[in-house]
Amino acid sequence: MPQLHVQKLSKNFGGVQALSKLDFSVEQGDLLGLIGPNGAGKTTAFNVLTGVMPASDGRVEFEGTDITRLSPEKRSHLGMTRTFQNIRLFDDMTVRENVMAGAHARAGRSLLHCVFGLPGQTQAEKRIREIADDMLERTALTDFATRNASELSYGDRRRVEIARALASAPTLLLLDEPAAGMTDTEKGRLSELVSRLNDDGLTIILVEHNVRMVAALCRRLVVVNKGEMLACDKTEDVLRMPEVEAVYLGRRRSEVM
Amino acid sequence: MKNLALSPLQAFLFLVVLVSGLILAVIGSGNGYFQTFTALTLINVMLAVSLTMTNGFTGMFSLGHPAFMTMGAYVAILFTYPVGRKGFAMPALPEVIAQIHLPLPLAATVGALVAAFMGWLIGRLVVHLQTHYLAVATLGLIIVVQTFALNLDGFTRGGRGITGVPREASLWLIGICTVLIIVLCWRIKHASLGRAMLAVRENEMAARCFGIDAFRLKLLAFTLGAGIAGFCGALLPHVVSVMSPKSFGLILAFNLIAIIVVGGQGSIVGAILAALFISVGSESLRMVEESTGVYGVTQVIVAVALISFLLVRPKGLFGLKEPLIRSS
Repeated sequence: MPQLHVQKLSKNFGGVQALSKLDFSVEQGDLLGLIGPNGAGKTTAFNVLTGVMPASDGRVEFEGTDITRLSPEKRSHLGMTRTFQNIRLFDDMTVRENVMAGAHARAGRSLLHCVFGLPGQTQAEKRIREIADDMLERTALTDFATRNASELSYGDRRRVEIARALASAPTLLLLDEPAAGMTDTEKGRLSELVSRLNDDGLTIILVEHNVRMVAALCRRLVVVNKGEMLACDKTEDVLRMPEVEAVYLGRRRSEVM
Repeated sequence: MKNLALSPLQAFLFLVVLVSGLILAVIGSGNGYFQTFTALTLINVMLAVSLTMTNGFTGMFSLGHPAFMTMGAYVAILFTYPVGRKGFAMPALPEVIAQIHLPLPLAATVGALVAAFMGWLIGRLVVHLQTHYLAVATLGLIIVVQTFALNLDGFTRGGRGITGVPREASLWLIGICTVLIIVLCWRIKHASLGRAMLAVRENEMAARCFGIDAFRLKLLAFTLGAGIAGFCGALLPHVVSVMSPKSFGLILAFNLIAIIVVGGQGSIVGAILAALFISVGSESLRMVEESTGVYGVTQVIVAVALISFLLVRPKGLFGLKEPLIRSS
């Protein structure tokens, strides 16, 4: 059984077909790239997959459960978490608090626990802090723990978002253009992080513009264009397909690569 | 600055010493005016702190506090009003309740529970509304509740208001409640629950995507705020001995919003200081109004202060921060 099974997933905004009959599945432990030119529907696909927007048609199954109509929080409880193309950090909170918030759904306690200090509350807070510090270490952010999230550089902020997503203990992580706006060094470190997470067993779906990075990281690619799926296959095969070259890479494949 | 910061325990002890010192001094002075003023100021502090929890922690914009205060006040009075006079003042009251007399702390708790329950019911309908839509809905709620209070005159004496409410709200009761409510909101803010609420305020969709149930948290904050407002509303007529449908209205809603905007939405220390500042300020201005005969200056100055803060310092005095207190 695939971990994520997407069947004929469609999304339209009024008369505009943003996504049409997307069909693919992701196996446990996979690292899948979702690529396509600007406006192809990649972020729409993420929004529909994670419940940020309702699907117009089709079906999404996650680990055998039909999640097509579930809210984002329910999907996250099942193990699916995402980051955003436009970074959405909690700017008034410290980096550590951002990541601790990510662990709330998983380890946080109720109002009564928190107000009356019932048994379990102190341990829960300690555990959340440990989870957060662990994630900060894995994403090399420990030094920034007490800084306000708004003070960090662009690349560091992206990693805070990943750390925060990881704190919710996902089994499937969707990364929306994590390398956008990063320097080459930062991109390199990000690639390392992504492949390390994948090696640890985390399934990842990656939307990315940088073809070099996608080609190096992803085993399989899904190509979308104008809301339609062009291809879904092994990375090297997909990049060799003439229609993919034509749509996405144009004649400048040599330049982009 | 860091070295001067108090630990939460030290801050708590400081608060207890400060509040009890204030109460001892005011009671010692024997001045009734000071006593009433101190009681009202402390109630303002409770209201501001609870509103900075409801609105500041979760990013909602509710103006509904006065509505829940009105509910809490009338419910509590049903149980504290002298049994012998209930038949005359509240003819519609069922005999069972008319015979019951509860001490104020219990009656106020009943009022708070009723207000919290109503907050939960109404919250289920409105907390998903964004920003000013919620403000308009809760503004409407104030008017709806006032209209009910005006027309249920078998319980409330309508527009004539209820006079002779026993002055049972002692300064000590109010002082203890103030400390408890500050501690309650502090504990929420500095636990995982509070961080989750702040996450909803900062970016609701991002918070939901890693599993935070934004609706539930907003409903929780709304319900708790309604309960605390109901409790404060129950205390107030037992300080001033009168209650009417117009006691808690739009002006109070505006003043409370002004307090939490000035203090910094979500800052408990900010809400306390701004509540003290605005209470003392408007009382002094009221005296100026009376001696000069220029009435309404207070509202104008509060409004100007609010607008200035929105323009110059939109995050208020402290933003989300708690100055002078270490977070852990």
